[in-house]
Amino acid sequence: MTTRKSGERKNWLSDSIVARVTVVGLLSLAASAALAQAPAYRAPRTADGKADLNGIWQALNSANWDLQGHAAATGPVPSLGAVFAKPPGLGVTEGDEIPYLPAAAAKKRENQANWVKLDPEVKCYLPGVPRATYLPYPFQIVQSQNVIMISYEYGGAVRVVNMGTPTKAPAESWMGWSNGHWEGDTLVVDVTSQYEATWLDRAGNFHSDALHVVERYTPLSADTLNYEALIEDPKVFSRPWKISMPLYRRVEKNARLLEFRCAEFAEEVLYGHLRKKPGN
Amino acid sequence: MSHRLFSSTHALAAVVVALLLGQALVVGQAPSPTTKAPTAAKVWTPPRTPDGKPDLQGIWGNGTLTPFERPKGLGTKEFYTDQEFAELASRVRQGDVGEEADIGAARGQTLRYDLSLYGFDLTKARFASNKRTSLIVGPDGVVPPMLPEAIKRNADRAAKNKGHEFDGYENRPLQERCILMGQERLPMIPPVNDNNLLQIAQGSGWVAMLHETNHHTRVIPTDGRPHIPQSIRQWQGDSVGRWEGNTLVVDTTNFTGLTANFRGSGEKLHLVERFRRVSDETLIYEFTVEDPTTWAKPWTAEIPMAKTQGPIYEFACHEGNTMISTILRGARVAEEEAAQKSAK
Repeated sequence: MTTRKSGERKNWLSDSIVARVTVVGLLSLAASAALAQAPAYRAPRTADGKADLNGIWQALNSANWDLQGHAAATGPVPSLGAVFAKPPGLGVTEGDEIPYLPAAAAKKRENQANWVKLDPEVKCYLPGVPRATYLPYPFQIVQSQNVIMISYEYGGAVRVVNMGTPTKAPAESWMGWSNGHWEGDTLVVDVTSQYEATWLDRAGNFHSDALHVVERYTPLSADTLNYEALIEDPKVFSRPWKISMPLYRRVEKNARLLEFRCAEFAEEVLYGHLRKKPGN
Repeated sequence: MSHRLFSSTHALAAVVVALLLGQALVVGQAPSPTTKAPTAAKVWTPPRTPDGKPDLQGIWGNGTLTPFERPKGLGTKEFYTDQEFAELASRVRQGDVGEEADIGAARGQTLRYDLSLYGFDLTKARFASNKRTSLIVGPDGVVPPMLPEAIKRNADRAAKNKGHEFDGYENRPLQERCILMGQERLPMIPPVNDNNLLQIAQGSGWVAMLHETNHHTRVIPTDGRPHIPQSIRQWQGDSVGRWEGNTLVVDTTNFTGLTANFRGSGEKLHLVERFRRVSDETLIYEFTVEDPTTWAKPWTAEIPMAKTQGPIYEFACHEGNTMISTILRGARVAEEEAAQKSAK
């Protein structure tokens, strides 16, 4: 910067402009640095100092129809028209790709083509993890020190997350065996020993008995959580893959899980053919 | 008597003796509504959850040797004395399993299986101490007589199904359909032996109870929110809770009228349960049921629950249900055979 004999003032102005530019420059740098390290939302604490995840939560997407991005499509029951058409969705899968092994990919297509007959959700079977999280029904987290109980409205499904020293599953089960721990404000749940018959969505995405799921629940705001699930199954997928979605708090004043004992609604499908024939 | 049954009975007797003696030792400390506490006694206070509520958490079993109703002949007697207890124990030690509904007798009468195979092995079971003569409290000790309108209501329902019991799934009992099993119903009654575990977890403003049978789970609000609207009826009603001192009081209404409720009661059934922990190892569960369309007066039972190891295994009734399809198919086969016979 050149100094000019003709005006101290001008120099001063130039100097101050440069100074301002420099200061602004420094401030931007500081701001970016701050944003990069900006503290995430800090959830209220439970009395024992953990992030408080207590509450009734629900996913608001069409992941249960199809984990990958999908356009709207005709539903499986013509007489239900638009009421039960497949809605569109952006998908919740990282990279929008589910990395099937070749033989498994063929099975997925077969599942998808026959999903009404084959999808265990139609029969009201327990959904397993992670599907229980994004079924179109609320679920409730009851958080205590040693266990976190997650109760799902669908089918009254439930699981108990052990928050103490991890234990081994004594047997397979539909909802799996869950061991949890905290990483900062994120609840990490490791799920093993799930029975092979559950699906991941209505699009025929499936798994084997080697399924291993690691979930992460992170408070995003007062009424949202970020949910991620890392899905690993060497018998079905060529590598682990991840889904993620927000979960929304049911904030209505007297929110409650109600009964959805859906076995009753699946009976015609399961046992209708065994009914006494008229005239017999 | 077969050798296996005899040795099982002996094992049973030994266990019952141990439990009775155990009960006799502990009984002096077990509080009950009608026992006066000595002036110098220390009242046990439960530990607190981090947010200051009484801690009822853990896995509890409600298996018991005490019969539900009082044995005839005991009249208004609510508690055995220490001496009577000792006499009972001595009788059992001699292999005398006593009359039906005597303490310990019920088990002996129901020996049908290899004990260990079906988890009926009483040497592995835990029972909370109880010197009561029946679970139903008070001078009567039995279920009050059913009102005529309830008898009629239940008879009408049965009559509608008569002759159609095997027509279709909708004619089969709720238990067989895995919609509502007997042992998961409210109030919680001790079963014969298995599937009697209850896991309690407490979060801020809520108490969750996972009942082993049919994985029935209640998440009960304790923040004073009201019952759900009267128009919504549920198989297990709707439960709201509140704390009264160290007792969790749970009020349940909104039962359905689509089926008979507890002991033939109707949709007006009003259930009040009280959960109170009296030691590290014992939770007292007391319930009062009231239904003016079924019983002339409310009645109460008290069931001690014992801390149990767990874990609770998943009870996936519906997923594994081959019972109902087999029964219906059997009925269709029988009809087909009868039709072919008459055609000849």
